[in-house]
Amino acid sequence: MGVEARKRGERWRAVLCAALFGLAGAAQAQTLAREQVLHKGNGPEPETLDPHRGEGVSTSNILRDLFEGLTSEAPDGRVVPGAAERWEVSADGRDYTFHLRENARWSNGDPLTAGDFVYGLRRSVDPATGSNYASILAPVENAEAVIAGTLPPERLGVDAPDARTLHIRLRAPTGYFPGLLTHAAAYPVHRGSIERFGRYAFRPEHLVSNGAYKAVEWVVQSHVLLARNRFYWDDAHTTIERVYHHCTEDLSSEFKRYRAGELDWTEEIPVTQAPWIRAHIPQEFRVSPYLGVYYYGLNLTQPPFKDNPKLRRALTLAIDRDVIVRKVLGTGELPATSFVPALPGYTPQTPDWAAWPRERRLAEARRLYAEAGYSPAHPLAIEIRYNTHEDHKKIATVIAAMWKQWLGVQTTLVNQEFKVFLRDRTQKQVTQVFRASWIGDYDDPYTFAELLASNNGRNDMGYASDAYDALLAQAAAEPDSAKRIALMEAAERRMLDDQPLIPIYFYVTKRLVKPWVVGWQGNIMDHQYTKTMKILAH
Amino acid sequence: MLSYACRRLLGAVPTLLVLVTLAFFMMRATPGGPFDREREVEPQVRVQLEHAYHLDEPLLKQYGRYLGALLRGDLGPSFKYADRSVNELIAEGFPVSLTLGALAMLLALLAGGALGAFAALRQGTWLDPLLMTLAMTGLSIPNFVVAPLLILVFAVALGWLPAGGWAGASPAHLLLPVIALALPQVATIARLLRGSLIEVLQAPYIRTARAKGLGEREVLLRHALKPALLPVLSYLGPASAGLITGSVVIEQIFAVPGLGRYFVTAALNRDYTVVMGVVIFYGALVILFNFIVDLLYGALDPRVRPR
Amino acid sequence: MTGRNGLWTALRGHRAALAALALLTLLVLLVIAGPWLSPWSADFIDFDGAWGAAPSLAGGHWFGTDSLGRDLFVRTLQGGRISLLVGLAATAVSLLIGVSWGAVAGYCGGRVDALMMRTVDVLYALPFMFFMILLMVLFGRHLVLIFVAVGAVNWLDMARIVRGQTLALRQREFVAAAVASGADGGAIIREHIVPNLLGVVLVYVTLTIPQVILVESFLSFLGLGVQEPATSWGALVNDGAREMETTPWALLFPASFLALTLFCFNLLGDGLRDALDLRRP
Repeated sequence: MGVEARKRGERWRAVLCAALFGLAGAAQAQTLAREQVLHKGNGPEPETLDPHRGEGVSTSNILRDLFEGLTSEAPDGRVVPGAAERWEVSADGRDYTFHLRENARWSNGDPLTAGDFVYGLRRSVDPATGSNYASILAPVENAEAVIAGTLPPERLGVDAPDARTLHIRLRAPTGYFPGLLTHAAAYPVHRGSIERFGRYAFRPEHLVSNGAYKAVEWVVQSHVLLARNRFYWDDAHTTIERVYHHCTEDLSSEFKRYRAGELDWTEEIPVTQAPWIRAHIPQEFRVSPYLGVYYYGLNLTQPPFKDNPKLRRALTLAIDRDVIVRKVLGTGELPATSFVPALPGYTPQTPDWAAWPRERRLAEARRLYAEAGYSPAHPLAIEIRYNTHEDHKKIATVIAAMWKQWLGVQTTLVNQEFKVFLRDRTQKQVTQVFRASWIGDYDDPYTFAELLASNNGRNDMGYASDAYDALLAQAAAEPDSAKRIALMEAAERRMLDDQPLIPIYFYVTKRLVKPWVVGWQGNIMDHQYTKTMKILAH
Repeated sequence: MLSYACRRLLGAVPTLLVLVTLAFFMMRATPGGPFDREREVEPQVRVQLEHAYHLDEPLLKQYGRYLGALLRGDLGPSFKYADRSVNELIAEGFPVSLTLGALAMLLALLAGGALGAFAALRQGTWLDPLLMTLAMTGLSIPNFVVAPLLILVFAVALGWLPAGGWAGASPAHLLLPVIALALPQVATIARLLRGSLIEVLQAPYIRTARAKGLGEREVLLRHALKPALLPVLSYLGPASAGLITGSVVIEQIFAVPGLGRYFVTAALNRDYTVVMGVVIFYGALVILFNFIVDLLYGALDPRVRPR
Repeated sequence: MTGRNGLWTALRGHRAALAALALLTLLVLLVIAGPWLSPWSADFIDFDGAWGAAPSLAGGHWFGTDSLGRDLFVRTLQGGRISLLVGLAATAVSLLIGVSWGAVAGYCGGRVDALMMRTVDVLYALPFMFFMILLMVLFGRHLVLIFVAVGAVNWLDMARIVRGQTLALRQREFVAAAVASGADGGAIIREHIVPNLLGVVLVYVTLTIPQVILVESFLSFLGLGVQEPATSWGALVNDGAREMETTPWALLFPASFLALTLFCFNLLGDGLRDALDLRRP
């Protein structure tokens, strides 16, 4: 009974908070909790706090609190000035001049200079650093040559005419470049401490950062604790004093810790708990679109998919995405029939059949299946390969059942450990149908489109279309943003016709947040900054 | 005695060498490497990384290099956690795992011992089968079922104890994981002790002691318990191995920052050095533990003296 | 020691062990025949039906459905087939290696024995759970591999027990007589040693099967168990444990079957040990 009463209490508080928050815009009526300490579930253990070598989502979440690039993001994901208070772009769109804030400082009080950015950007693309995300900076002049090791880092198109002015030259006009600068690969690093402490420079005891928070402690497999950085230029607007990024590798454990009140915020939810959450704490369940697509790749270099577009189309049609999204996942994911998720200005390339009723799609699928030469007497036997994960297993099981029950395909599931799986995918020898997903690095369709270029290292379908490559190259060189988008849309249509992959669903961010944590909202990259958040009295 | 100890410890060297060799080559034989990602690593970056970790050298040379470093007590840098050495990771995780494991072992011995002795003394009454049924039920339910149940009841529903985390080994954080880890061992030890105690209590010298008019309490504590503990003692070796396996599950479910998780995560990440470090460390630990058990055995059982 | 008839007579006194044996027989029969009693197949998904539905006799899903809408009754029994199969086959593997190793070592004695037992000591110190994980990663998730991996881990105990018994047997008159009559070593091991190990082996087998079933469930917890749509009790219990609040039946049924089976095997093993008057090694 105590529990129920508490739940009800929470619910009422939530309603109240929502009401208050609605009014708050004008009235500023929220009372803040006395203790401004946030406990976030953050997923796996971060690899490092070095912005140029960290790569996981969990690492980036922490780095976003610790560091700040030239630009930053508002809670809704809009690009806003960061360490640079303003910038100018030349008429040809290739020269950017950034003006740093006068009061921008490192967490040890040192002034943040344009030289720090030059040092940081060069370090980021230097192959010796071993950064996996150096290619984020590819639009910068000479960046690709530096990454490839053919030019020294000093030749990167970046220079600092004076301590507060930074000049970046691009290889081609890139409209989304200011957005790229919010990425960890473009964060500055503190030269003095790197030169002094080497690989220990990014341990909490030595870490000097320039964001709203500084590192306090890092207990491996437990948490990273950050505290407010008094030297941050906008510290006056920071509310939360300390933030714990808890390592929560196991989703069920994270969920239970949230329910026990130990976490205010989860990184994700276990899919199996969605019904319980919807029934008991719906107002704490926060879902928003996420820039990612879950799909099945088809290996086009081997039979049965090689030169067999009819079969590929038949298998695509014989999947009921509504069943997967509603019944398997049930957490607000959107069914995907095209590859690039909805982005501002980009029209989703949804095919006609997406709107057909199931029976019509199945009829067409059966026709194509038969035309491809298969029948109940000669059924297709095929393997779906996926890496070990509860959700992948469920989706593969359901898709196998759909193909079996609707087309008569004999499907075998092959569950592989992640690295073995990746190796098999890359080698394209044994794969047939394989699970895949792609999360955008930045909010531009190109981050999806380039994956299917014939020379892309992660194009595990082996899709090689001259027409597609040509459209993509045209888009890359196109200065006019509307024309550029149109070219990429055409490329995607072309690709979907060739059917090298089976889109399944578009990702969402799904997390639980206590109602008293405010000052944030869902955004498509799920970039969350603790500095704008507040904890209300509760 | 001392020379026995030395001989035993020297005898552990080939065991460890086999362990190192097997772990090294099996790990390298697994497909996929530490730098394989869903997002392709730039070729030049990969070259640099592989060079930095000496992965570009012939395998045997790497093996030699590893053995050399191992002799100096250096387990190398972690591949995944770029700023940490394996020595540091073990130094941070081991005290946690040790606390958990030692407390679980203690609990298992005390609770299991008490249960077993009690059941043996009540043999023939309804209590004995009841207790043994309970113990056997404890053995029959996997701990990945018991652990979440404990959390659900004591942390989520009742709110008495935290659902996970460590917080510097606070008793509240320790309680549930220790119980969950100890449970199967409690059951095994209870069964073992009951069996051996019943046997010992039927031995002629106990009957003699009783005939002499010694109290039940004294018979039990003075004469029966010591020999009855021998099978329990020899079970401690396997029990410690069981605790290590159990800690993989328990540390994951309770978000405990111990070493157990590295067995799985490091192997999956192909974090070669961490895998090797943890395997060697635990191998050495098991050897050491068995050695201590043998010494104890000798101390308890006059018939077995170290040769 | 005791022959088959003797065993039976000895066991007759142990009512609990007999009950366990009867229950196990029943379970095995149910697991084998049960799936035919149900109209559903283990991998059939009713896409428009109720997923995670509660057990109902009228609906035909006697144990309810799992989170993918598959019939839990059939899946529980199918899982039982795999779990028991893994338990039996892996035990057989460890039996084969363990008995031959232990019998040879014990029979030969001397240097051979020392060397063979030293090997066992070395292997004991290896963290097998970890090697098992590596094996599964290395070779994929074949059922056969699970047998071999688990069996290869468990044979060490068997080897030690058998060696001890063989050493004792070797001192006995009938073996000495066989040696004196000029029979070769292999024949003596086959004809005199191994049959006399039956009792120990039987006890060991009944106590190893439940261990193996638990090991398999541990592998399932790590995501390294059998391949979907096939399933095992370990995999079902693991799935059920994840959603024990929303669909408790998905945990309850497979977990009861699993616990009951392990319970019965342990009870039977204990009974056999008492009946044969064997002590733990």
